[in-house]
Amino acid sequence: MWDYSEKVLDHFHHPRNVGTIENPDGVGQVGALACGDALKLAFKLDEKKERIADVKFQTFGCASAIASSSALTEMIKGMTLDEASKVTNADIAKYLDGLPEQKMHCSVMGMEALEAAIANYRTGDTTVRELKDDPLVCTCFNVHESEIVEAVRINHLTTVEQVTNYTKAGGACGKCRGAIQAILDRELGKASAAPAPAPAAPAPFAELSPAKKVMAVEKVLEAEVRPALRLDGGDIELVDVQGARIQVRFLGHCAGCMAANLTKNGLVEKKLREALGDDALEVEAI
Amino acid sequence: MEMPALHYLDNNATTMPAPEVVEAMMPFFTDRWGNASSMYEFGGRVHRDMEAARAKVGSLLGAGDPSEVVFTSCGSESDNHAIFGTVQALGPETTVITSKVEHPAVLQPCRALEERGHRVVFVGVHRDGTLDMDAYRGALSIPGPKLVTLMWANNETGVLFPIRECAELAKAAGAVFHTDATQAVGKVAEIDASAVPFDMLSFSGHKIHAPKGIGALYIRRGTPVRPFLLGGHQERSRRAGTENVPYIVGLGKACELAAAELRDGTLGRVAALRDRLQEGLLAIPETVVNGNRELRLPNTLNVSFPYIEGEAMLFHLGDAGICASSGSACTSGSLEPSHVLRAMDAPFTALHGSLRFSLSRYTTDADVDAVLEAMPGIVKTLRELSPFGRGEEPDDPGAAR
Repeated sequence: MWDYSEKVLDHFHHPRNVGTIENPDGVGQVGALACGDALKLAFKLDEKKERIADVKFQTFGCASAIASSSALTEMIKGMTLDEASKVTNADIAKYLDGLPEQKMHCSVMGMEALEAAIANYRTGDTTVRELKDDPLVCTCFNVHESEIVEAVRINHLTTVEQVTNYTKAGGACGKCRGAIQAILDRELGKASAAPAPAPAAPAPFAELSPAKKVMAVEKVLEAEVRPALRLDGGDIELVDVQGARIQVRFLGHCAGCMAANLTKNGLVEKKLREALGDDALEVEAI
Repeated sequence: MEMPALHYLDNNATTMPAPEVVEAMMPFFTDRWGNASSMYEFGGRVHRDMEAARAKVGSLLGAGDPSEVVFTSCGSESDNHAIFGTVQALGPETTVITSKVEHPAVLQPCRALEERGHRVVFVGVHRDGTLDMDAYRGALSIPGPKLVTLMWANNETGVLFPIRECAELAKAAGAVFHTDATQAVGKVAEIDASAVPFDMLSFSGHKIHAPKGIGALYIRRGTPVRPFLLGGHQERSRRAGTENVPYIVGLGKACELAAAELRDGTLGRVAALRDRLQEGLLAIPETVVNGNRELRLPNTLNVSFPYIEGEAMLFHLGDAGICASSGSACTSGSLEPSHVLRAMDAPFTALHGSLRFSLSRYTTDADVDAVLEAMPGIVKTLRELSPFGRGEEPDDPGAAR
């Protein structure tokens, strides 16, 4: 059972501003029946076309999706469009005294519907967000790269699991998790490069803590080893790291493959030594 | 807030321990706490109580000999034992045949075997949840050693697989046949090892009014299966670990009650209540029943209310004291809706709006009335909130988000 705040339950049981608006100034919609949640948001401006005079929503979804939509309408009523366009999913979650981590995507859906509605007013175009030139990352839930980048930046996300919780990307077949990691690596590289223009040289592998060793090895395996193995229907998992000795297990077609030992020395060990800068490092397949 | 009366309609998740079961267990916490494997009489007595319980379990399953019953900690352990233990015994060339709608306690061991290089065939189901027998026959024609593991009754929809026919086909093809009967034991009279040639059968105590933490695996004599838990001679060296006597005694009592229930008309009364619930809910516009209505457990009803979402319905039902479950993504602990409904090719409109009501011998007319009173209002409220189902769908419902 989800641990919802009193505020979430209140907005779920007594949703504010439910319905549609006749002749709205802007309409935005995100989500779909297939995805399990959807939100249609409509607003009308005051006579001077400055502030949001009325806003209504319709939501298909769980308790937190309904509560997030309701909260959003309360937050933006009376705002100028510039003010409203600065509202983020983090603001929605905060207004509700927090959401369970796995439900943060409900607040992101609110933010995206609002962006779409404002864009609809400003351009007069489609009520659906235009993401044509933006690469599609998650085909199961239709999540584009810009949406992941936005969620990462606003919410300071650092792991693929978090990205899934916030955007649903990677939450079904999981094939895009590598692509999400690549986006994260790029974003995090950017973020850490900004405050510290001269990053310190990475610590030698032998001096890393066991946890950091595992993370470092896993990163190399994911980025440089698995893509090659997967071409042949194989895979590899990290079993243990003891000192400079890395134990791995070959999976899929690699398990029991005659050439696995060659792969271990020529690919896995080579890539790990290069990337981690430690020639003493040894790989053992079990 | 005043707590409403509890209307428990989630018996496929767990059941209330029967008072008779609790009563039978109590002496084994206070007076008769000896180790069943000890040499002295204080333990020996307990051993006889345990064997009496084994005989009751064996009797319910139609076992030729009570020693074919191995006590485990839960249905999941029984499934893991049967699957990994058999594949280990049959060797690395073993093909595993299962279905797409099994419980995760079967699906995940099968996927793990697939990752280790075994060939695993996941047989599909028809739209009404019944097994694709042609595909099953095809899978059985794969040469080499084979393990078949198929559920007797589906936990989400209650749909029954024709286990007698499946087991006979498997035996004719030289395969070892295991069935996960966790939802079927005590509800399906056909379960009888003397008449249906299954080699192994898993089930769990807490689905038949015993407490959580006890299960059993029936292993027909001569079945090639290695032990799963090593470290002791208990259960004839098939399952190590000091015997959990209080719970074993409880399971024995629960099986005795279940055996009586198969004969005394209780299941007919449960089915009548379920049918009344079904008819009442079908009066709500666009309600659909998921799964074959004839080939189904007497206690299970899986329905979908299109255009609204399961978790939201469960919250409203909870306010009325009603306990049920849903196959929606938000309740499954993942972002995907029920793998069972997806395997049945249920439409998206129904996928996220499914509810499961599962009854037991303790279910009353008042429980059914409570649902029938609450549900129309809940559906109406949530449909008023939903952008879908008004005949004028929002543009491009598959649009980017």
